[in-house]
Amino acid sequence: MLNNSPYIRANNSVTRVMLKVLLALLPAVAAYVWQFGIGVLVQLALASATALAAEALVLKVRGKPVQLFVTDLSAIVTAWLIALAFPSIGPWWMVVVGTAIAIVVGKHLYGGLGQNVFNPAMLAYAVMIVAFPSLMSQWPSSQLDTAGQFHAIFGISDPATRALDAITSATPLDTLRTGLRAAGASVDSVMQSQVFGWAGGKHWEWVTLGYLIGGVWLCQQKVITWHIPTAFIVSLGVISGLFWVIHPVHYASPLLHIAAGASMLGAFFIFTDPVSAASTPRGKLIYATCAAILTYLIREFGSFPDGVAFATLLLNICVPIIDMKTQPPVFGHKND
Amino acid sequence: MNATLRKLFSFNGGVKPQTNKLDSTREPIAQLPLPAQFVVPLHQSVGGVPIPLVSVGQKVLKGERVGAPDGNYSSAIHAPTSGTVVAIEPRLMAHTSGLTMLCVVIEPDGKDEWIATEKLAYHSLPADEVRDYLRDAGVVGLGGAVFPSHVKLKAGKNTPMKTLVINGAECEPFITCDDLLMRERPELILRGVAIMRELLQAEEAVVGIEDNKPEAVASMQAAAAKFEHIQIVAVPTRYPAGGAKQLIRVLTGIEVPHGKRSTDYGVQCFNVGTAYAIYEAIELGRPLISRIVTVAGNVEKPRNYEVRFGTPMDFVAQHAGVKAGTDSFVMGGPMMGFRMPALDVPVVKATNCIIASSPALFPPPPPEMPCIRCGECARACPTDLQPFEMYWHSRAKNFGKTQEYHLFDCIECGCCAYVCPSNIPLVDYYRFAKTEIWARERQKDAADSARVRFEARNDRIEREKREKAEKLAARTAAARSSAITSGDAAINATEDDPKKALIAAAMARAKAQKADAEHAAPVAAPAASTSESQPNAGEQP
Repeated sequence: MLNNSPYIRANNSVTRVMLKVLLALLPAVAAYVWQFGIGVLVQLALASATALAAEALVLKVRGKPVQLFVTDLSAIVTAWLIALAFPSIGPWWMVVVGTAIAIVVGKHLYGGLGQNVFNPAMLAYAVMIVAFPSLMSQWPSSQLDTAGQFHAIFGISDPATRALDAITSATPLDTLRTGLRAAGASVDSVMQSQVFGWAGGKHWEWVTLGYLIGGVWLCQQKVITWHIPTAFIVSLGVISGLFWVIHPVHYASPLLHIAAGASMLGAFFIFTDPVSAASTPRGKLIYATCAAILTYLIREFGSFPDGVAFATLLLNICVPIIDMKTQPPVFGHKND
Repeated sequence: MNATLRKLFSFNGGVKPQTNKLDSTREPIAQLPLPAQFVVPLHQSVGGVPIPLVSVGQKVLKGERVGAPDGNYSSAIHAPTSGTVVAIEPRLMAHTSGLTMLCVVIEPDGKDEWIATEKLAYHSLPADEVRDYLRDAGVVGLGGAVFPSHVKLKAGKNTPMKTLVINGAECEPFITCDDLLMRERPELILRGVAIMRELLQAEEAVVGIEDNKPEAVASMQAAAAKFEHIQIVAVPTRYPAGGAKQLIRVLTGIEVPHGKRSTDYGVQCFNVGTAYAIYEAIELGRPLISRIVTVAGNVEKPRNYEVRFGTPMDFVAQHAGVKAGTDSFVMGGPMMGFRMPALDVPVVKATNCIIASSPALFPPPPPEMPCIRCGECARACPTDLQPFEMYWHSRAKNFGKTQEYHLFDCIECGCCAYVCPSNIPLVDYYRFAKTEIWARERQKDAADSARVRFEARNDRIEREKREKAEKLAARTAAARSSAITSGDAAINATEDDPKKALIAAAMARAKAQKADAEHAAPVAAPAASTSESQPNAGEQP
């Protein structure tokens, strides 16, 4: 009874925060299903079930209150981000293994909710793309029907013999890479490919738009602040614009960089993960700017088609120092 | 003066909890009958504990001093009514700790007879005397901090006083005592303000009232027409706009840093209730024996009462009709208040509100979750701190780091804990860290002074040894020179061997001492060195 003030609390909870993040992902999920079929829903279900099971198991082993933490929905958020970051027609075990790695290694080995140094979803993505680079690059083509998607996800077949070309399609960034590097073609000629749409990848632009809508809503709900998305998008635009202006034959346009790949997912849902991101206003700007630069450099000069995951992990390491060096001035000390 | 003319500033952060103020503002301020007993704590303000001036069995009059201020940084205590002192003993304090403290227990005689009071002709008196008078009238800050007002009624040494800020913001939910006082006695408050402005030689006085109290703003504005250099300003409703530093910021744009006096920036801040108390003390000659107290929460009819200090809280609350389910009282508001250890603790100068608390009104907090660094607390902090960083370091008992993150700038307003989605009792962590740091500083101070004493003692022993050796050397030299002149054979040997001479001299002294000891009591025998260290034995750390 002798608890201390304040005795009243705003109607807020971790569950509520996580629920809002999940709601904000729905427009993108809807667009994904609309454009590419129900594969992504299967992946979301697989990831969610794995996340809950892994979370409950580890909590039990660690002697933590299982129900309290399982119902906070944080594991589901991680699961959804994994399901959306992984190819939606990847074999079922990939998303299961990835999610288990995220929850067990990425989250609980560091101490559980709030303690993880790395973004668990991106950690899982990095592990899986290093371990299974070709499977992680099989993205669905929009013509693949439901049966085909199910077969791709659950079909027991050797990856090497899967009739990949019929069902998969390279992502725009992948196409661009391959075109520029292997074929030595110019951006313009590569961009003739039908994988490109009016902004970014064909069909993908709708998913991107979904992330944008959900992300703006998250800002409006004050679950995230404007700093990281704005700084990331602007910086990515500026750095890609710089290269593009200097050498448009070799470097893709800012619009493509901003709209394609995981840029929007990253800007609003990955880099903004509060646990692993910088927390001060200035720190967030620095963090997101560096994230944009790294993402761009990895895309253009690295050996992976997208750079969001590795940029996240590299910057997660820098968070303590960024926060420490960017403490905002305290009331009355602004002129110190 | 027109309220809209003033440029207002804002502070960062803050929260907007449900105000719950309407219910207690429907009825005017009510007077209370006399309780069976008053339990008047002697220590009701910041500063020295007043010294009891009365004895058991003594008759006292209403307003008679029962506690004298202990030094200038203290404030007097007075009898709330006429009657008999029946006890002077430790009683439970109006504080969460459940500690007791010396109280004067007075049984009323029912006559409620005032001591002789007269208006203080403060215009003709030096300011220092007026300040002493206010100290002896027991006037302290009634906004909740109970800081002795006379200490604050002094302009800074180097900065001319520009703005006297009068705090009528009353930002805490439930509390309406200042609201009702401003509605009902605006002119008397402003007369107090005028006195304070004169004492401080301030250019202007500005009364800040949160704009959720339009009646109070209107009544104060109407009354202010008769005064010069007093402005009534409605400020945006956002907790903690009534924090002194926040209100000063809103009204003047000045940010007074932690540890600095606001007078160094040409501002000073008082509560409207304090202004009223100063009016009563000076214009009526009445010491501070009562205040307006809001009774709210789990009661039938929330209302404001004029309550004398020493009245048991349950006596006050029962007039508002305490409802079933009330398990304790909270003194102050829900954001910064304290839960009382018992229902019958006395109302003191800091009691602005009594909230009848029930599990339905203030449910126990949901289980504490880990911090997810969401930063809600930092956005809500009116002092621009990073509360979650301080939380991590407090939790880790990394107290040095908490101070690097400006722990002591925290005003414990509770905004961070209010918004925290993980239900972390953040303010508790800061209170814990602060008390730990204070305890360590006290320990360190004690150790430091012990070290200083120890070093001083070592120095002294060293010095005495040196002086003795010098004296001895001088004596030996003198002996030697006398021996040369006398030509004595025995001492001649010393020229060959000075050491032998010293030994001989020492043996002679020992012989003499032995002879003395045989005469005197054995107690006198201990060697000089031990007797010398004895007085200091207790100083060894």
